[in-house]
Amino acid sequence: MCTEEGNRMQPMVQISNVRKSYADGFEALKGVSLEIRDGEILALLGPNGAGKTTLISAICGITQPTSGTVTVGGHDVVTAYRGARSLVGLVPQEINLEPFERVMNTVRFSRGLFGKPKDDALLERILRQLSLWDKRDSRIMELSGGMKRRVLIAKALAHEPRVLFLDEPTAGVDVELRRDMWDIVAQLKKDGVTIILTTHYIEEAEAIADRIGVINKGEILLVEEKTALMTRLGQKELRIELQDAITDLPASLAARGLRLEESGHVLVYTYDTAQDRTGIATLIREVSDAGLVLRDLQTRQNSLEDIFVGLVSEQEGAA
Amino acid sequence: MNWQAIWAIYTFEMSRFFRTLLQSFVSPVISTSLYFVVFGAAIGSRIDEVEGVSYGAFIVPGLIMLSVMTQAISNASFGIYFPKFIGTIYELLSAPINFLEIVMGYVGAAATKALFIGTVILATSALFVDLTIQHPLAMVIFMLLTCLSFALFGFIIGIWAQNFEQLQLIPLLIVTPLVFLGGSFYSISMLPAAWQTISFFNPVVYLVSGFRWAFFGIADVPIGLSLLAIAGFTLLCLGIIWWIFKTGWRIRS
Ligand SMILES: Nc1ncnc2c1ncn2[C@@H]1O[C@H](COP(=O)(O)OP(=O)(O)O)[C@@H](O)[C@H]1O
Ligand SMILES: [Mg+2]
Repeated sequence: MCTEEGNRMQPMVQISNVRKSYADGFEALKGVSLEIRDGEILALLGPNGAGKTTLISAICGITQPTSGTVTVGGHDVVTAYRGARSLVGLVPQEINLEPFERVMNTVRFSRGLFGKPKDDALLERILRQLSLWDKRDSRIMELSGGMKRRVLIAKALAHEPRVLFLDEPTAGVDVELRRDMWDIVAQLKKDGVTIILTTHYIEEAEAIADRIGVINKGEILLVEEKTALMTRLGQKELRIELQDAITDLPASLAARGLRLEESGHVLVYTYDTAQDRTGIATLIREVSDAGLVLRDLQTRQNSLEDIFVGLVSEQEGAA
Repeated sequence: MNWQAIWAIYTFEMSRFFRTLLQSFVSPVISTSLYFVVFGAAIGSRIDEVEGVSYGAFIVPGLIMLSVMTQAISNASFGIYFPKFIGTIYELLSAPINFLEIVMGYVGAAATKALFIGTVILATSALFVDLTIQHPLAMVIFMLLTCLSFALFGFIIGIWAQNFEQLQLIPLLIVTPLVFLGGSFYSISMLPAAWQTISFFNPVVYLVSGFRWAFFGIADVPIGLSLLAIAGFTLLCLGIIWWIFKTGWRIRS
């Protein structure tokens, strides 16, 4: 394996068996392992209290993991924290900003804090990209909630991080702002930034992520390519309710892969929505040709929600 | 050492100070003038001289110390408490900086502000009384060390405090009484013997005494002891801060 290959294969962030118990004894992370690839967008999906913020805090130095290791760009976040943290930008869940400060000043402060020399041209580019340039001399308290969120992003980007953590960037934000946020994330990805965002909106993960991880009760339940996940989800079911129950499937229908369910009252056909021809029209014709009378039709799609709910209840059942 | 980060914290903190420069400047001038009116004129007319120094001049070192200590503490404690309170501390914790750099930024800024105010008071005092400083270098060293050590102390209070009440508690209940009872406005030798003995347990006595020695060459305690006291206090604060850094106490859960 040549070195270039090796570099490309080394994950940007490597989380190995991280546990975190808070002072009150509560275990918020129960041995989390996860690899984040250079340049990807990973959505970490999980309900409130799943441990998303705790995981990000452990990576970014806000909290000390009880055990386990995290490396960023090959630097251990505890023993080589300077190297690791230099690569990381953090946009926290809460809007933590000094109300009386002015936008440009607070962004400049963030850059300095990370040891980077003053570069107002770069900060101007960042503020313009986030549509904040007009507000550069405004006080934070004069800004709307959406703009404050952008200021947090500008602060996180001010030191040119390779990895950006966005902790619930669209929680409690209206639809329009959410779309804006997605555009910003897409642009950052183009610029080569690795992005990890947490959310409890499934559509959000679906809309922007390359990979999706599901976390609940301090455990990662699944990490999968979004496209693979979507293919799995793309399966749709057509349920044909019959006027009269049948005992045997007519041969022509069996050949098309239909199943008989509910003691012969329902025919089930599974197909892929991504295909050009789903074959439904032909199927219906064949059903009538076979002399069966339809009473009702239903289609059902597996959603990410189904998978998510399934995974979470499986975990609950196991516990 | 991440000098850029220290400078960023320092200038950010100082900008808060410069925003309210007029207030920062005017309030010590007014309060010093009031002290001279009240203490200098009212009491000074009864106490003519203390150990050969006019009473007005005698209280100058104590007056400066009083302001420098309270300013250093309040600026440093507020400086680090505020980010904790509004949540912006996340940025300090996630930055590639160590605790020493954080301390240098915040404590440096707080000490600078205290130094500025001490200087303003000194200048204002010179308008009211004749001042000759016998040991200027010692005066500067004492002033700098006091600014620094009390800013360190204030930083510890700011880390320790979990609400605004606690933030005010120690300065109000401990520091102010110690300063007032520390011979700022009188010579320890003017007290009854028993109170003199008790006074020697008050660390502020050593600072005020040393500082006054730098002005007038008179002291309640030997100057070496004063220097030792302030050096010891600085080291103690540094030690506590080092421990806070090691354990992440009240900062990093
Ligand atoms: N400082 C803390 N002390 C004790 N428990 C905490 C602390 N912070 C978070 N927790 C608990 O840890 C769990 C995970 O919290 P968090 O990481 O914030 O979840 P999420 O971000 O996924 O909503 C929750 O049950 C929360 O109550
Ligand atoms: Mg959270």
